Amino acid sequence: MTLSSVSEFDTDTPKFLRGKYAICGVGETTYRRGSEESTRNLATWAIKNAMDDAGIDAGEIDGMLSYSGNDSVHAPWVAGDLGIRLNFYMDVHGGGSSIEALIGIAIGVIEAGMCKTVAIYRAMNGFSQVRIGGTGARSAVPINGDQIHHRAYGWQSAGQMFAPSFLRHMYDYGTTPEQVAHVKAAHSKHASNNPKAYYKQRVTVDDVVNSRIICKPLHLLDCCVETDNATCIIVTRLDRARDMKQPPAVIQSVVGRCCKPRADMHYQHGPISTVAGHYAKDLLWPNAGVGPEDIDVTGAYDAFTFTAMLQLEDYGFCKKGEGGDYVSSGIIELGGARPNNTSGGHLCEGYTHGMNMVIENTRQLRGDADDSCPIGPDGKRQHTHDYREGGCRQVKDVEITANLGWAMPGTGSALVMAKDTR
Amino acid sequence: MPIVGDYMGMALTIDDVDKENREFFGYCDKGEFRLQKGKESGLLRYPPTTACPWTTDREYDWVPVEGKGAVHSYAEVHHAIQPAFKGHTPYMMLLVDLDTQKGAPSEHEALRVAGNLLTADGEFAPPEMIKSVGIGTRVRMVFKHVTDGFSLPHWVIDEDAEQPAEPWRYPQE
Repeated sequence: MTLSSVSEFDTDTPKFLRGKYAICGVGETTYRRGSEESTRNLATWAIKNAMDDAGIDAGEIDGMLSYSGNDSVHAPWVAGDLGIRLNFYMDVHGGGSSIEALIGIAIGVIEAGMCKTVAIYRAMNGFSQVRIGGTGARSAVPINGDQIHHRAYGWQSAGQMFAPSFLRHMYDYGTTPEQVAHVKAAHSKHASNNPKAYYKQRVTVDDVVNSRIICKPLHLLDCCVETDNATCIIVTRLDRARDMKQPPAVIQSVVGRCCKPRADMHYQHGPISTVAGHYAKDLLWPNAGVGPEDIDVTGAYDAFTFTAMLQLEDYGFCKKGEGGDYVSSGIIELGGARPNNTSGGHLCEGYTHGMNMVIENTRQLRGDADDSCPIGPDGKRQHTHDYREGGCRQVKDVEITANLGWAMPGTGSALVMAKDTR
Repeated sequence: MPIVGDYMGMALTIDDVDKENREFFGYCDKGEFRLQKGKESGLLRYPPTTACPWTTDREYDWVPVEGKGAVHSYAEVHHAIQPAFKGHTPYMMLLVDLDTQKGAPSEHEALRVAGNLLTADGEFAPPEMIKSVGIGTRVRMVFKHVTDGFSLPHWVIDEDAEQPAEPWRYPQE
């Protein structure tokens, strides 16, 4: 007797939409702790930046998607502020793993003829209003019914909920704190070359493992930063994107909130040191027509150092159980074979529930990471590929990228994008 | 009327219509650990659900289950998020593989039951006791009363069981 969710995937028919849609514009606000702005104001600012990036005006956008945990602003209000008349919108509940899923939904609604261009945004005061770490308002809500089985035990915040999977991975495979700390060290190097990053200071493996314990195995520096910000990604058909200002980031494959069996309580099924990527990879790679070995840059969700490691492993960038070796080998650093989260990600740049990692890979595919390299006569940065502190963060010759989005051990999303081959 | 209990200053609520949780926690309040056993599958499940995850069957019986097992993994919290737990750090949340139905119906499945590590007299375990507990430690279930018809299951070290020589713990203390 097995659970139905271990069914076979059907990915060999041409029903998917590889290479037909693209990200044509991206934008964000400044990453801050204490924005002193409403989420409505932040959303409007980020979407306007993405419209300017794409070189389009309000008349070009007729769809909107947003996600939140009741801590954001509804799409129609933001559309009103921007002079956008909507043919489609939907505000959904969710955090990490939403953006890749919503890019898939955007493709679906455009394909269905419901609208032509969709702006997806996430606006949040994750530090100054509804704290993402779970303190304040999020810890004060009454505990009802099914939640009693965890919250009544002080098992509530993201780090607390994920800890048994992280520890079990160490137990099952001998993964060490120092190996995983390399994720933070690498991302901090990347952030030091990102003028937008909230934390730009480089840290070492020793700094991570000597910082105070929050919830074993998580030290303070294994945890992401809480910030206030909005971010926006605009999706449209590839032929339409080609008429806009930026080189399109072409969408090859999307997986949306793929789950392990019994995602309500994934640890009942096990192994708990395996995450949803184990299932998602069987949709992601066949639909994209590529494998992990083809990927130039990854964006593995780093709510914690461990989430990036677990996902890289379960999507097949290394053998099962070798995630600790993989992230401590230098591969994931700028200058390495396959850098991860070149903006600094959630650990260093800012917390956006996955948006900034897709934005970064879009810029990497354009060959236009917004670092401190000098701007040439053509208006583009002259990338030096010198990754010393304060320097370049553009990876050489990026052709194809992967984003691995995380909601929890039992649920994940993913996205493969490629440079336009036209 | 919903069951509303004040537990460590937290408001815990079980709605009228939440039949499964009312029964589960009601049995706990009588000192009994009972789980739903699907009529078609004959399989136990935890936490309470409306249907059997293996058959979609909505028929079940509440059957007594032995509250004994070994720690599968844990969370050891040194910086509490919820105000109720601020005065209890460090504290441990244990995820325990029950002996009953371990490895069924497939290899990696088990009834994994959550609870805090308590002392035999029902207090949060002190730091020295926490340092003796890890993956593999044998534990037994106890109940903590919340309000009429509602107790919570928790875990204590099983004094009568043979314990592993060295349970696995996170390497940094």
